[in-house]
Amino acid sequence: MDVTRRNAMFMGAGALVAFGLPLRATTADIEAITAFTGGAEMADTGVTLTAPEIAENGNTVPIEVSSPGASEIMVLALGNPTPSVATFGFGALAASHAASTRIRLAGTQDVVAIAKLEDGSFAKATSTVKVTIGGCGG
Amino acid sequence: MAKGVKPRVKVPKTAAAGSAVTLKTLISHKMESGQRKDDDGNTIPRSIINRFTCDFNGQNVVDVKLEPAISTNPFFEFEALVPEAGEFTFTWYDDDGSVYETSKKIAIG
Amino acid sequence: MTFTRKALCGVAALAMSTGAGFAEPVDDTLVLNEEQTLVTRTTAPAHLEGVLSEIISGWHFRGTETRAMQTDDFDNPGMIFVEQAEEVWNTADGTEGKSCASCHEGSETMAGVRPVYPKWNEAAGEVRTLEMQINDCRENQMGAEPWKYTGGDMVNMTALISSVSRGMPVNVAIDGPAQSTWEKGKELYYTRTGQLELSCSNCHEDNYGNMIRADHLSQGQINGFPVYRLKNTRLNSAHDRFKGCIRDTRAETYAPGSDAFVALELYVASRGNGLSVEGPSVRN
Repeated sequence: MDVTRRNAMFMGAGALVAFGLPLRATTADIEAITAFTGGAEMADTGVTLTAPEIAENGNTVPIEVSSPGASEIMVLALGNPTPSVATFGFGALAASHAASTRIRLAGTQDVVAIAKLEDGSFAKATSTVKVTIGGCGG
Repeated sequence: MAKGVKPRVKVPKTAAAGSAVTLKTLISHKMESGQRKDDDGNTIPRSIINRFTCDFNGQNVVDVKLEPAISTNPFFEFEALVPEAGEFTFTWYDDDGSVYETSKKIAIG
Repeated sequence: MTFTRKALCGVAALAMSTGAGFAEPVDDTLVLNEEQTLVTRTTAPAHLEGVLSEIISGWHFRGTETRAMQTDDFDNPGMIFVEQAEEVWNTADGTEGKSCASCHEGSETMAGVRPVYPKWNEAAGEVRTLEMQINDCRENQMGAEPWKYTGGDMVNMTALISSVSRGMPVNVAIDGPAQSTWEKGKELYYTRTGQLELSCSNCHEDNYGNMIRADHLSQGQINGFPVYRLKNTRLNSAHDRFKGCIRDTRAETYAPGSDAFVALELYVASRGNGLSVEGPSVRN
């Protein structure tokens, strides 16, 4: 079967139905997370990720990460061609272990923040961001 | 050096000793992701700022690793402790080896 | 010819049948840099009587994060381009060795210019946009090459000139010698174009507030131009937006800077008479 653009779209849709929304972590995601955590367990509390529920355009999506006990916070966009987004390292003069930035999202997907806490443990927060497709030329 | 790159920073002029201040930074940069194709279908090579740091009097505030998923004209907002009067130094590192640096003084008052 | 809001066009009917619908413009106040409150909703100008009672800036039709980005000059990426234009303002160009500043001094002297453009130019005997006036200065005062109508240098310069008028009410003249151009613009506004047979009014007068796919239709006001779009991360001129809209009706479009678009700009600007100048604004 020739993989045309149209077929690829249908296959993509089929995959979504099979696995359920949102997209599951891919190998690249898992590798990026393992490289950061060494495969350690991640707690569900200890890091906050603030992202819009609906982004008006995936090209510029404001997010904020915060984790009072973190030395580093890694941000991943699991549905992007490459999942890594940024890693924030906080130094001695960081007043709060929090930062805001603007990121690119290739489509509706989960954004993940993983904090490396000063006691050596890890925490994770996930937020689903819907990326809309405009009606007027995108 | 990539064309038209200009750093902007927002730092209060004064702060109370030992207090926290909010800093904002924005640098004009295309952040070419390496995912896009030109009109002939050739991939446009990646060209991004890959690291940003902020220090105060030689001590680190933040050190950020940037990936191609950071938007055009990278923006950061964060908080710094100001133990004494001094100078913030902001540094951006480009894939092409360029380093863009700017600094801002802050007084105690 | 006019249409009422109840006479939904095909696009809106389609949007409604797929579950989307009407969403009120967001109730919010645009305060710039925590000091200047802009007028983003006000009574419609007299010439819109029976058509619209209230005029509303496109700012109210955007999401929380997009609106926030415009409230602070540092957060607004459009201001990067204003700064770039400030450098150009002070840089000599052309055979006369002059910069904008040589005649006009600081860019702040341009306060009050954006709100009244497009404007009748007596000497030239035509209605001129800001872009046309800038190129007139470049060619005839500076001896410099004119800029491309929607090029980076031009749109950045219009952003600088708009930025110093932010908060001032749009106030284009539609009577006197400008009237015939305004009438022509009005006719274009209500003329259906393209395979989809849509006029400006079908979306922006009859259906503002409704969703067109995932877009929240605004009144199509241009008080915020040039606009920094999150989509293409640069400033966009009003004529580029007109072109995009007409293209979306699947029509051959007029060219930016053409007589048709100059007339349309005057008419659309006049529908926002009373709203604050916002350029450079931030939209999706």
